Amino acid sequence: MAKLKLEIITPERVLLSQEVTEVQIPTLNGEVGILPGHTSLISQLAVAGILKYKDEGKERIAVVGSGFVEVFADKVTILSSLAEKPEDINIESARRELEAAERTLKSAEKDLDVNVTDALAKVERATVRVQAAQNK
Amino acid sequence: MPNLQGIRRRIRSVKNMRQITKAMKLVSASKLARAQSRITAARPYSVKLREMLSNLASRAGEYQHPLMEVRGDEHYLVVLITSDKGLCGAFNTYLLKTALQFVKDNPNKKIEFLCIGRKARDFVRRRNISIVNEYVGLVSKTINYTEGSKIGEEIIKLFTEEVEGNSRPDKVFILYNEFKSAIQQNQVFNQILPLASLNQGEVDYKLAASATDYIYEQPPADILSRLLPHYVETQIFTALLDSVAAEHGARMSAMDSASKNATEVINKLTLGMNRVRQAAITREIIEVVSGAAAL
Repeated sequence: MAKLKLEIITPERVLLSQEVTEVQIPTLNGEVGILPGHTSLISQLAVAGILKYKDEGKERIAVVGSGFVEVFADKVTILSSLAEKPEDINIESARRELEAAERTLKSAEKDLDVNVTDALAKVERATVRVQAAQNK
Repeated sequence: MPNLQGIRRRIRSVKNMRQITKAMKLVSASKLARAQSRITAARPYSVKLREMLSNLASRAGEYQHPLMEVRGDEHYLVVLITSDKGLCGAFNTYLLKTALQFVKDNPNKKIEFLCIGRKARDFVRRRNISIVNEYVGLVSKTINYTEGSKIGEEIIKLFTEEVEGNSRPDKVFILYNEFKSAIQQNQVFNQILPLASLNQGEVDYKLAASATDYIYEQPPADILSRLLPHYVETQIFTALLDSVAAEHGARMSAMDSASKNATEVINKLTLGMNRVRQAAITREIIEVVSGAAAL
């Protein structure tokens, strides 16, 4: 069976580099499923999302966000500054982060200095991290 | 004639010094190993980013971005990355020399510095050159991407945002030591902004030509406008990592030669000490012998 090479690269290191049979990527325009032999494609990643990949029937996930994805017939490259593996996420601190982010977002209603877009992005990212940590 | 006790004391103090330089060398060696693995781990990202950029640039056509805006040639900003600590040989010296030369070569331009590292700040401040911002203590610890990209964001802001009564820099340069190998550092002095028009220089034509026809989920120009600031931030981040690794390499070799020199000095002093001791013994024997002969 044809395989895809999935690479997730962060500015600090290569997070993941392995052969997979299927990938689902959260892009700005929505979820994209990639099978081997896909047409070349470039897209931006969603602010935060869960990437799913299948290897020999086993489904695994990774958190990605605000970055870029490049697809070739036999290769998928993800460039994301926020990528993480679920096993690297501490669920306690992820929950705390989510609470803090929600508080900031609420304060945005009164305080004009708070950037709503940033706050929203933080909430989204924290939510995704908590989800990923729960599903590991 | 030097006295025996004085020489002994000097030998002891040089031995102490050697112990310290040896310890520092070992510490640098282990720090270097870590810094080196970080910079090598970070390289794939910037390589891939550049590749994507070339690809996109060749499709986006006549594209203009605030980061590519070519203005006059009056106001320069230099991002200078040095170490916080000394004792690393000529690591900082050459960088600072180049910086000073640059200022001297452009007497009619307004030149400002953004200093990263204590040595850079002290040097620039001593010469009364204006500093827009300084980061001291950053390169001494482990730098994560967020910190690196913050500096990048700041530079982008300085370059693009107009402030009342203050001109924006027309060009931004970066000056730092690139990590080549444990014993070799390369000085890098590059212009980072404005980004060279994407249709020359930056674009690797071979790469662009070999590119397959992509489906773009968003318009290429859209993706490009997000990619460009990101590219600048990554450049700053890798420069920081490079500089840190180079610093440890430089310190390691500096401390290695310091230890070697200390050993040499000890050998010389020991030789001198033995000579003095022998002379004293000979003199005593002569005194005894001549004393006996006089009887």
